[in-house]
Amino acid sequence: MTEAYSAVQPARGNGYYTALCDQPSGTRMLEIEGLNFSRDEEPILRPLDLAVDAGQVLMIRGSNGSGKTTLLKLLCGLLPVTEGRLTIRMDGQPVEPVDPAFRREHMYIGHQLGLKLDLTSLENQNFFAAFFGSDLATPRESLQRVGLEGYAHSVARRLSAGQKKRLSLARLVLNRHRFWLLDEPYSNLDQAGINLVDDLMTEHTRNGGAAIVTSHGTFVPQVPDLKEIIL
Amino acid sequence: MTTTWGAGWALLRRDMRLGIRQRSEIVMPLMFLVLVCTLFPLGLGPDIPRLREIAPAVIWIAALLSSLLALNHLFAEDFADGSLEQLVVSEHPLPWLMMSKVLAHWLISGLPIVLLSPVLAFSYQLPADGTAMLFITLLLGTPTLSLIGAIGVALTVGLRRGGMFLALLVLPLFVPVLIFATAGVVSTVSGLPDTSHVFFLTAMLVLALTLAPFAVSAALKISLS
Repeated sequence: MTEAYSAVQPARGNGYYTALCDQPSGTRMLEIEGLNFSRDEEPILRPLDLAVDAGQVLMIRGSNGSGKTTLLKLLCGLLPVTEGRLTIRMDGQPVEPVDPAFRREHMYIGHQLGLKLDLTSLENQNFFAAFFGSDLATPRESLQRVGLEGYAHSVARRLSAGQKKRLSLARLVLNRHRFWLLDEPYSNLDQAGINLVDDLMTEHTRNGGAAIVTSHGTFVPQVPDLKEIIL
Repeated sequence: MTTTWGAGWALLRRDMRLGIRQRSEIVMPLMFLVLVCTLFPLGLGPDIPRLREIAPAVIWIAALLSSLLALNHLFAEDFADGSLEQLVVSEHPLPWLMMSKVLAHWLISGLPIVLLSPVLAFSYQLPADGTAMLFITLLLGTPTLSLIGAIGVALTVGLRRGGMFLALLVLPLFVPVLIFATAGVVSTVSGLPDTSHVFFLTAMLVLALTLAPFAVSAALKISLS
């Protein structure tokens, strides 16, 4: 998978994602110390220490049930941090995952993509633009960026699994968010789709953002500053 | 950047669009209401004074069960497709978003019941003032049912066979609305003072509007974690 992927060079910098995150590369954005999580006394996540800087992509690898999704849910505030310490820094100031300042600056895309299958691609994007804001691209431009311009009026239910994944990624392009928390962003994607994810993350991190992504696969994302951990 | 008001409006428009597209959400509760109201005259026979006497209770109980039927869909799809997670982790206040969702749900499934009520009242030969009172009580009562019911739905959304739990959970909470609403219509038809019932229903609606969105938000966070 890694070799096949490396052979393809993604076309970079299509110009839609041009926002600055006002965060110099290398600035510490996230620190985790001794973070763990258990449910009904059953450990879901073993104690974890890690740090993520601006401009970095953190790839969390692990087999099924290793706690990748749980970690992302802890980071975005869907699960409460009960053991250990999680420090998110925004402009040098520590904030909580449930703090509106952090919520404004992160975009979480989970296993379930958050798409409405009875709406068209454009209607889905129109909603995300109205809900999250669309300072960087219009809904149509965001569809163009992920290669779905020809499917703007297609009902999402009729899209393939890969196209649905692309449609879910299109919301990343609409607005500026410093943190991207993406659960298995490469799943269901063909090679062009994998390149697209790398493109988006490259542009995002070059502009001072950080991305935390999970994968149970072994391929290596082609991004400038990649950090990996295995759960 | 989007304002909280804009986010709530966007959510309301999306849910309305979805509701209109999935017509069964509008049609099924209405069909249920009409069927239940039709069964009573078939069972009791063409005894007009008797039907007129039971009309407020029959129509209101049918409306209540119809609301319960529609409530199951309030968060189920959002839970399954990940939309709820997106709402919970967004920057916008969750109670406000929940208010938008419940409003959209009421406009799709509750308002048609209110609008249909004069036809049902006519079929039971309720007098005009009784019909008007039935309309008013449903207009005040059905949003209260949606708001109270939303708390139960939020608590049971992640459960298998949540529908049964939902009924057990929220039906007792619907009882005060049912009592004041039917008593209001009966008072009007009997020529007794009825304004106090309307005031009570209004007070319950205001209370539900004020507290339910916060309770729904808290319940959803529990369900999602």
